[in-house]
Amino acid sequence: MVDSQKDYLTFQDIHKHYGEKIVLNAISAEIAHGKITSLIGPNGAGKSTLLAILSRLLKQDGGKVSFFDKNIGSYKGQDLAKKLAILRQSNHLDLKLTVEDLVSFGRFPYSQGRLSSEDKEAVQNAIRFTELESLADAYLDELSGGQRQRAFISMIIAQDTDYILLDEPLNNLDMKHSVHVMKTLRRLVDELGKTVILVIHEINFAAQYSDFIIALKNGEIVQHDKTNQIIQSNVLRDIFEIDFDIIDRNDKLICNYFNL
Amino acid sequence: MNFKESIPYKLIITGAAIGLLLLLIWISLFTGIKDISFASLFSDKEQALFFIISRIPRTLALLFVGAGLSLAGFVFQHLSQNKFVSPTTAGTLEAAKMGILFSIIFIPEVPLMMKMSFAMLFTFLASLLFIGFISKVNIKNTIYIPLVGLMFGNILSAISTFFAYKHGIVQNTQEWMLGDFSSVLQGQYETVFLILPAVVLIYFYADRITIAGLGPSFAKNLGLPYYSIVYMGLFIIALVVSSSVVTVGAIPFIGLIVPNLLSLIYGDNLRRTLPIIAYTGASFLLFCDILSRLLVYPFEVPIGMTVGIIGGILFLVLILRRKK
Repeated sequence: MVDSQKDYLTFQDIHKHYGEKIVLNAISAEIAHGKITSLIGPNGAGKSTLLAILSRLLKQDGGKVSFFDKNIGSYKGQDLAKKLAILRQSNHLDLKLTVEDLVSFGRFPYSQGRLSSEDKEAVQNAIRFTELESLADAYLDELSGGQRQRAFISMIIAQDTDYILLDEPLNNLDMKHSVHVMKTLRRLVDELGKTVILVIHEINFAAQYSDFIIALKNGEIVQHDKTNQIIQSNVLRDIFEIDFDIIDRNDKLICNYFNL
Repeated sequence: MNFKESIPYKLIITGAAIGLLLLLIWISLFTGIKDISFASLFSDKEQALFFIISRIPRTLALLFVGAGLSLAGFVFQHLSQNKFVSPTTAGTLEAAKMGILFSIIFIPEVPLMMKMSFAMLFTFLASLLFIGFISKVNIKNTIYIPLVGLMFGNILSAISTFFAYKHGIVQNTQEWMLGDFSSVLQGQYETVFLILPAVVLIYFYADRITIAGLGPSFAKNLGLPYYSIVYMGLFIIALVVSSSVVTVGAIPFIGLIVPNLLSLIYGDNLRRTLPIIAYTGASFLLFCDILSRLLVYPFEVPIGMTVGIIGGILFLVLILRRKK
């Protein structure tokens, strides 16, 4: 079986540029298996680009992404789709599909469109997991931004991959649903042994829910450590260039940066 | 569960829909300058012959073209991720005409299948160029894309006219602009059956086409080769459009109106809406053709006009009703 001490998603010397602008400058790291890793950093640091490269949506200009000891590019699309899922920020929503249709598409790598009873069960479970039962037959274009975001997350859950990559999954979500999504991710990791990598803007969510944090700045990894090592006022000040006050309450670190 | 989802309700609706289509087919078969009645088909040999040579082919062509163009429009809208893209608004019809023109110029006495192949090659390349163009340029406002398509069509049309003028066949090319079912005869319309394999392909690719409509990253995440789906879709569109144009000429707007109308009501999951789109497209074109034949009897109004007017009105009504 999978050795939980070993890291299966690693990248070396990843380089990416758009025209003259260098977005990622020869960065390397290993993603902890069976943990939540948050990618943080200022706008334009290269977080989303890195996530897209890790999930083979974008080709790097140099370097190598390796997944379970193989180059990620050497996997067949369908095989990789059962192991690694990615949800990006912008999803085309011109299409009028029901929530259930969308979540069912998550089973496509397994079913090729013909849902087995097992697939159907996975779809229903994913809908329940995201509390969308009452909206299963609603069209996506009739939902609020947050509900829609949950529908996409539900699809990723139905896809049932060991690795889940999410680009700003809390966008458009209110506090209740942000907490709910993060708790869901935590459960996926703790109970089902999945690995989650997400780009996140609100530092407090990263602080509360992730095991590891990778901080990017100007296309370089400036920090990569356990969460509590990163959530330090001097470390965060270096990354974001604003002041932080770290409050330690019941072993939970809370960052105040709002008005210092 | 409400009444609308119950099985008897669905059976009634389906039955009524099939009944309506059969009625339209019946009217289409027995409408025309030559008065043919059902009873005389068995007694009068000449009438039966006319029926087989002209009336049946016309009705079949209408059914195939109506269903095919509506489905092709739907596929095109998914692949371009734009509700306003259709063979009419992406230069596809003009490309088909260009293909026919070049086949006539290069091959004297060109057989129908050769015309068809030329048209297909040109439509495929033109749609490829169009899709490639709109994926390269980053146009935020979706309404610009069909405008670009219309301009693209005009450019193709201008090039065609130039060559047609040089060869003295401008008149012919202008005739193709107007869709016309009155000249559909046995022996000259069989290319229209090529729509059938295209529909079968759409059926097998239905889920993939819907997923492609959600964008390249979405498709790739599910392990699907996005660009292969796009090429397949464009091949299907080219097959439908070129076989229609070769057989009956250009029928504008149907690929725009029918899919959009049905998308408002039944959504965009192609696997679910495919039979509804095919049915509505076929019935709608049949209805428009009957109207075209009866309005200024014994003459005919161009079918493109009836399609445009009726479809446009229906579309407006639906949009206005939804706003409330």
